[in-house]
Amino acid sequence: MNELSLENEQATIAVRRRFRAFDAIVLTLVMLALWQAIGSWTQGVAVSPPLLTLVYLFGLLRTWMFWDHAAATLAAFCLAFMLSALIGLALGLIFGVRRFAGEVAEPILAGFYTIPKVTLYPVVLLLFGLGMSAKVAFGVMHGLVPVTLFTLGAVRNLPPVLVRTARVLRLSPGRTMRWVLVPACLPDIVNGLRISFSLSLLGVLIGEMFSSQRGLGFLLVNGMAQNNVPLSTAIVTVIVAIAIAANTLMLRAGRRFARQPDAAVR
Amino acid sequence: MRWRHAALIVRTAILASLIVLLELGCRAGFIDSLTVIPPSEMIASMVDQIRSGELNASIATTFSTIFIAFLLAVGLGTIIGALIHRWPRLRDVADPLLASYYSVPTFIFYPLLVALLGLGKAPLVVLGILSAAPAVVISTLSGLDGVAPVLMKLSRVHRLTPAQTLSWIVLPAALPHLFTGFKLALSYALIGVIAGEFILSGTGLGYAISFAYQSFENRTMYGAMLFVLLVAVTANGILYVWEGRLARRRSRG
Repeated sequence: MNELSLENEQATIAVRRRFRAFDAIVLTLVMLALWQAIGSWTQGVAVSPPLLTLVYLFGLLRTWMFWDHAAATLAAFCLAFMLSALIGLALGLIFGVRRFAGEVAEPILAGFYTIPKVTLYPVVLLLFGLGMSAKVAFGVMHGLVPVTLFTLGAVRNLPPVLVRTARVLRLSPGRTMRWVLVPACLPDIVNGLRISFSLSLLGVLIGEMFSSQRGLGFLLVNGMAQNNVPLSTAIVTVIVAIAIAANTLMLRAGRRFARQPDAAVR
Repeated sequence: MRWRHAALIVRTAILASLIVLLELGCRAGFIDSLTVIPPSEMIASMVDQIRSGELNASIATTFSTIFIAFLLAVGLGTIIGALIHRWPRLRDVADPLLASYYSVPTFIFYPLLVALLGLGKAPLVVLGILSAAPAVVISTLSGLDGVAPVLMKLSRVHRLTPAQTLSWIVLPAALPHLFTGFKLALSYALIGVIAGEFILSGTGLGYAISFAYQSFENRTMYGAMLFVLLVAVTANGILYVWEGRLARRRSRG
């Protein structure tokens, strides 16, 4: 009886999985059809159709110029994301543990999150000069707040029993952090990191689009300025693919972490 | 409550002292006036520009664009959200799209939109909708999901027509979520439109700032910037307070 129900359950999971794969294919096809429709409707003036773009992209991937620009973006983005993650985690932990500091800081951070930060880009340029550091700083401005707020929220909403257990076991602050705080907050932290990832990418790309001579954002604007439609469409495709892939991976990681520490607590 | 009050005072004190420090640093010459101008100068520049009417045209363009984008995003987002809620199969297909939508920097479509629709209001409106509508869709979905089944049963017991069900049962129950969506939509539309103007446009506040930057008119740039930030902060603040009030009234029953 028991085995049978288990088998049934596995069957439904398999069916659901097959459905999900089917849905993903449908979604991809719909998006491709939409892309093709826009491409042929505008006769390639604004968007080049999928097949043409892919062919162009493969050609582009073989040029040295593309990798040079991609490396510039990647370097700026990695630095921006790492800085956002590290500073955000530290700030989030401090503001989460020190409640009053958190109460003071949270509205400031949330307010900063909702303002149009693009308008501040000239200030960043004036402070850091044209080049890599301005892009990185702008990426951090976008990416810092989500990690901080998610970490802060996670630490603040921690079940008090966990903290008391740590105290009973006389764990040092460092060990409390390593064995209690971080594992319990991990799902939220991963969620914050996921949002920070896409926002620091956005920050770096906007920086490149506005005033830069290198990077994918520059290449995109440049392609448009030179009326090189396949180039700008190909760049957009690359960025969208990377963003969606990273987001999906982190979404999965977050879900996995959300299941595990719960089991550990029990 | 008292604790909150203290936090508010400390927060205000910190922000105020930062501004004073900046002012002193600029006046004393620690900070180059080519980089940052004193806050008092920023305010003076903003007031000058508003008084002289320099900014009037930009203000009108930008806010009308934001308003159109916001209205369309709310309308489209609610309708799409309701449709997706209605058909579970559609939802299965749309869910992964919604989950990863905001990971894609919508911005990179802007050059394509400009090529497609020309420079002007249209690409900015579309950019605003692209950044705001999905937030409305998501919050509509969570709002409709949150309507308790017992309420729907109640409407069936009373034999309400679909329109009555909508206005008396569904909307009041889903309102807090919808409101959150509208709030997000406004700030996303604002960010999208101003950022679009900033990068590639010939009109509007974003353009005014980037033009002033490119012609080294720091005073004008900081004045316009301060204006945009004040408007954004005020708008978000009003919606935040309003939302809190709605939530409190709801919890009182």
